[in-house]
Amino acid sequence: MLLIPCPWCGERDETEFRYGGQAHLARPLDPHATGDAEWAEYLFMRDNPKGWFRERWNHAAGCRRWFNMVRHTVTHEIAAVYKPDDPKPELPE
Amino acid sequence: MTGFRLAQGGRIDRSRPLSFTFAGRAYRGFAGDTLASALIANDALLVGRSFKYHRPRGIYAAGAEEPNALMQLGVGERTEPNARATQVELYDGLTANAVNAWPSLEWDLGALTGLASGLFVAGFYYKTFMWPPAFWNKVYEPAIRRMAGLGTAPREADPDLYDKVHVHADVLVAGGGPAGLAAALAAAQAGADVLIADEQAELGGSLLSARATLDGWLRATLEELRGMPNVRLLPRTTVFGYYDQNYLCLLERRTDHLGPAAPAGISRQRLWHVRARQVVLATGAHERPLVFAGNDRPGVMLAGAVSTYINRYAVVPGKRAVVFTTNDGGYRTALDLAAAGAQVLAVVDPRPESAGDLPAQAHAQGIEILNGHAVVAASGGKRLDSVSVAKLGGGAARGVVCDLLAVSGGWSPVVHLFSQSQGKLRWDEAKHCFVPGTVTQAQRSAGAANGSFALGAALAEGFAAGAEAAKDAGFGGWRAPEPPEVDDPREAPPLALWQVPGAEGRGKAFVDFQNDVTASDLKLAAREGFESVEHLKRYTTTGMATDQGKTSNVNALAILSDATGRSIPATGTTTFRAPYTPVTYGAMAGRDRGDRLDPIRVTPIHPWHVARGAVFEDVGQWKRPWYYPQGGEDMHAAVRREAKAVRTSLGVLDASTLGKIDVRGPDAAEFLDRIYTNGFRKLGTGRCRYGLMCRDDGMVFDDGVTTRLADDHFFMTTTTGGAARVLEWLEEWLQTEWPHMKVYLTSVTEQWATVSFAGPRAGDVLRELSPALAVDEESFPFLSMREGVVAGLPARIFRISFTGEASYEVNVPSHHGLALWQAVMAAGEKHGITPYGTEAMHVLRAEKGFIIVGQETDGTVTPLDLGMDWIVSKQKDFLGKRSFARPDTSRADRKQLVGLLPADPAEVLPEGAQLVWDAAESPIRMVGHVTSSYWSPNLGRGFALALVKGGRDHHGKTILAPLAGKTVEARIVAPNFLDEGGKPLHG
Repeated sequence: MLLIPCPWCGERDETEFRYGGQAHLARPLDPHATGDAEWAEYLFMRDNPKGWFRERWNHAAGCRRWFNMVRHTVTHEIAAVYKPDDPKPELPE
Repeated sequence: MTGFRLAQGGRIDRSRPLSFTFAGRAYRGFAGDTLASALIANDALLVGRSFKYHRPRGIYAAGAEEPNALMQLGVGERTEPNARATQVELYDGLTANAVNAWPSLEWDLGALTGLASGLFVAGFYYKTFMWPPAFWNKVYEPAIRRMAGLGTAPREADPDLYDKVHVHADVLVAGGGPAGLAAALAAAQAGADVLIADEQAELGGSLLSARATLDGWLRATLEELRGMPNVRLLPRTTVFGYYDQNYLCLLERRTDHLGPAAPAGISRQRLWHVRARQVVLATGAHERPLVFAGNDRPGVMLAGAVSTYINRYAVVPGKRAVVFTTNDGGYRTALDLAAAGAQVLAVVDPRPESAGDLPAQAHAQGIEILNGHAVVAASGGKRLDSVSVAKLGGGAARGVVCDLLAVSGGWSPVVHLFSQSQGKLRWDEAKHCFVPGTVTQAQRSAGAANGSFALGAALAEGFAAGAEAAKDAGFGGWRAPEPPEVDDPREAPPLALWQVPGAEGRGKAFVDFQNDVTASDLKLAAREGFESVEHLKRYTTTGMATDQGKTSNVNALAILSDATGRSIPATGTTTFRAPYTPVTYGAMAGRDRGDRLDPIRVTPIHPWHVARGAVFEDVGQWKRPWYYPQGGEDMHAAVRREAKAVRTSLGVLDASTLGKIDVRGPDAAEFLDRIYTNGFRKLGTGRCRYGLMCRDDGMVFDDGVTTRLADDHFFMTTTTGGAARVLEWLEEWLQTEWPHMKVYLTSVTEQWATVSFAGPRAGDVLRELSPALAVDEESFPFLSMREGVVAGLPARIFRISFTGEASYEVNVPSHHGLALWQAVMAAGEKHGITPYGTEAMHVLRAEKGFIIVGQETDGTVTPLDLGMDWIVSKQKDFLGKRSFARPDTSRADRKQLVGLLPADPAEVLPEGAQLVWDAAESPIRMVGHVTSSYWSPNLGRGFALALVKGGRDHHGKTILAPLAGKTVEARIVAPNFLDEGGKPLHG
C-alpha cells in the first residue's frame, strides 16, 4: 500500500485515494470536428510505461481534489505530486 | 529409548513441568520447550506421514523451515491446522495431532500408496488421475483430498479477538538474532525510533542455540534496548510481508503460548502495519538438507537443529549419531553431540580434506572423520536404524548402525523478505547460496541473511547496518559502538553437493519433504520439457504448500540446473511471496467481522421497517426494505400484494437512499447541460427533469431527476449505488477539464429523508397532510417541486414518478424522516396504504419499461440502445455525444432494449438468460440476454426486459431462451407493458 503525499493534505494511505489513469490527456477542443481515429485515441489509448509515469489521482476519501503524481510503475517510488494547474515536472532519470 | 533430556543446561525451566498430549498420548515437557523439543525428549520423533506416499516422517528442523512436523492444534472452534511443532511453545494442556495420518499415525493405510508409487511421479495430478474421466469427481478427487489434505479448518466461528496496529518507525529490524540486535542497538543509540521483531519467544536467534554464547552481551543488549523509550521489542512477532514503499506487515502472537490460560479480553494475535523509513533485514539463514536415498527417515535431522535441541532445549535426539556435512558447521554439531553424551560414530565429509579449526577439534576428541565420503542411503521404518557410507567416486558401501543422522548441505540466507521487496538476488559462487544483490527499497541486509554466517562478521554488519539505517532516517552523527570480541573458528570453504552421487537405485531421495518430491521427479520433469523453474514448481509441486520450499528450493533448482545444463543463477528462483509463514484469517480480519466488515447505512425510517418485519436487501452499503411479508407470506406473495396496491390504491416507499447532490453556482445550469444528455439551461425554477448521464465513450453512466431550486441552484438525485461515483465524476470534470466553471457540489444524501407515496390515492394523502398546498393538476403539475409544510414539517415535495402512478416524493430534513413516514401511514390508513419494498418497486418500474442503471445497462449500453433518443439533445453538446457517431456505437445490430412476453404466461424467465433465434444450430448464436424479469400482478403474467441485437426491428417476433431442461419461447414487444393497449400514462 502506497503512502501518497496529497498536495493539499499531506501523506495519506493509498486507501483514501482513487486512481485516475494517465495525466495530461487533452480532450479535443471540438469533439465533433475530431475524426473517429483521433477520438478513439483520446477515449481508449493510454501509455503503459515500465518506469516513470505522470498520472492522476483523486483524494476521494479526503479533500476530494484531483492532482497529478509522477510515480515509477515498477518501484512505486513517487518523484513528485503537483496540482492540476502546476507546471509539468521533468521526469527523473 | 533414543531421544533423551539432559539433566542440566539449556534454556528450559525444569521447575515448571507441563503436560500435553500428542496423537492421543499424554506426555510431559517443561516451560521453555517447543512442542518439537518436548516430543524429542519423549522419544516421539515420528510426527507425521508424508503427503503422497504416506512415509513416516520425523521432526527435521528446529524453526520456521520445518517441513514435516505439521500439527493440528486443539479441537473444536479453536483448532488450528498446520502449526509447525518447532514453533509451537509448549503450554499445559496442549493437545496436538498429526495432520496427515489416516486412520492413525502408527498404522497408516495410505502407506500402501508407497507400494504403488509409480503412480505418483512428477505431474501425477495430470497423468495418473485423468482416466477414465468420470473417475475424477467420484473416485480420485475425494480419495486424494482425504489422503493428501494438510489439516482441518475449524467449522465454528473463531471465538478469539484480533487487533490491528498501524505504526510508523524510523528503523524496522526484522530478526532478533545477533545481527538484528546489533542493528537495533546502533540505530536506537543514534536516536531513531526502532521496532525490532523476532518470531521467537526469546530474542537472541542463533545465540540461543550455541554453546559458546555471548550470553553476557545478549543480556546487556536486551536490558539496554528494553530501557530505551525509542525502542519497541516485539518477540513472538513474524515480519511476514514486505510491500511497496517500506510498508511491512507483522503478525504478533500474544496469547497462543498460554493456551487455555490465556486471559479473556486480550487479543490473541495482532497484525502490525508498519511504515518504516529504513529497514534492516536480519532474518538469518536456513540449513539445506542433503539429497540421498532414504534421506527422509525419522532420525535424519538438520545438523543445526540437532545443536539447537541440545544447547537450547537440553534434549538429545539420538544416542548413536553420524554427521554428514559439506561444511565445517556440521563439526560443531558433532562436538555438541559428544559434549551431550551421545556417541558420534563418524563425521562423513565429501570434501577431500577438512582443514578448519572445528574438524581439528573433532579429530582431537577422537571422532572419526571420513573425508571424501558420502552417506548414500539411510534405512529404517518409523526410525532410522542405519546408514550406508561410501567413498565418492565408487567403492563398496559400508553400513553404520545409528539412530541419528545430522546433515548439513550448507546454508541459504533467508531472503524471503528481501525478495518480496523486489530486491534482486545474487548467486555467491564461494558460499554456494543466493545472497541479496540489487536493493530497491530503503533497506539493508545484515548477518546470515546477507551471507555473513560467522558470528563476528554478522555482529559487525549488524552494527554498521543499524548505524547507517539511522543515519539515512535522519539520525546521523553517531558512531556505532564496537562489536563485542568474538573468536570465530577458522573455516575451510564448503562444498556444493546438490545430490549425492552413487545413491541412484537405492530408494527415493527427497528434495521437498512436504510435497514428497524426489530428485528423480525433478529430472523427469526436466526431461519432459519443464525447464523453467516456475514450470517445474507447478508441475512437480516442489516448493509449494505451507513451508513454501524453505528447505527445498535451492536444492531443487540446483538439480534442475544440472539436468538442463545451465548455471544456477541462469536457472533462477521462483517468486518469494508473502506471507513468510502462514497468517490466520482472524488476524487479517481483526475487528472487521460481522457487522463491522463494512459500514452499514440505514435511513432514519429504518427502525420502523425493522418493527414491521421487513426483509432487507443490501444496495451498496445501504439496507433497503426488500419486501414486507405479512402473516406467513413468501416473497412472491408479498411482492404481488405490494405491487397491486400501488396500482389500485396507495403504496409508500422509503426512498431516502437515493443519492442527492446539491449543485450550486453561476455556471450550474451550463455544467448540467454538459453532463446530461438532455438540456437543463431552460428548465424553469421549481421544475424537475429526468436526466441520463453518459461517459465520454457514450455509455450510460447514471440517471436521476434533477430539480431547479433557483437560477443558480439545482438539486440532483442519483441512483442509490451510484451516488459516490457520480459525485467523483462531476468533480473530475469540474476540477480537471472545466476549472473555470463556478460550480460547487455538496453531497446531501444523508441530509434528507425521502418518503415516496404512489397510487390513485396519493393526491388525497398529500391534500390531507398539506392543506395549504394546492395539489390540483394545474397548480402542481407533473415534474415539478413545491416547498411547503407536510404533516407540520418543512418539506420539499416533488411530483415525479418511477412507477407510472401518480406519486409524490416528500423530502424532509433527515431527523424528521420517521415522523413524516408515520404521518403518511396514518393518513393513508383509510386508503389501505401499503408499504412496499425494492422488489415491488422494480416490478412497477419494469411494467412501465423504466430502466435501472446497472441492470438494463452494464457500461456497454448507449441511450440509443435503450430507445431513449427522446432524452438525447440534438442541439447542445454533452459528454458522450461525439461517441454516438463512432462506427461501433452506431451499428444497426447493437443490442437494443425490448420487452419480452413468454408464450406461457406462467413462465418467469431467469434474469441473465441468454436469448437465441435458433436453438438447433451449432454453434448456437447468442443474440441477447434478459436484464430484468418478474411476475406482474397487474398484467397477470410473467414479463421481462431484455437486450437483443437489432431488437427494435423484431417487435412481434418469437425469440428463444434455452434453459436447463427446456427452451422458453417469448414474444418481443415494446418495453412498456402498461401502455401497450393505448392506456394513458398516469402522472
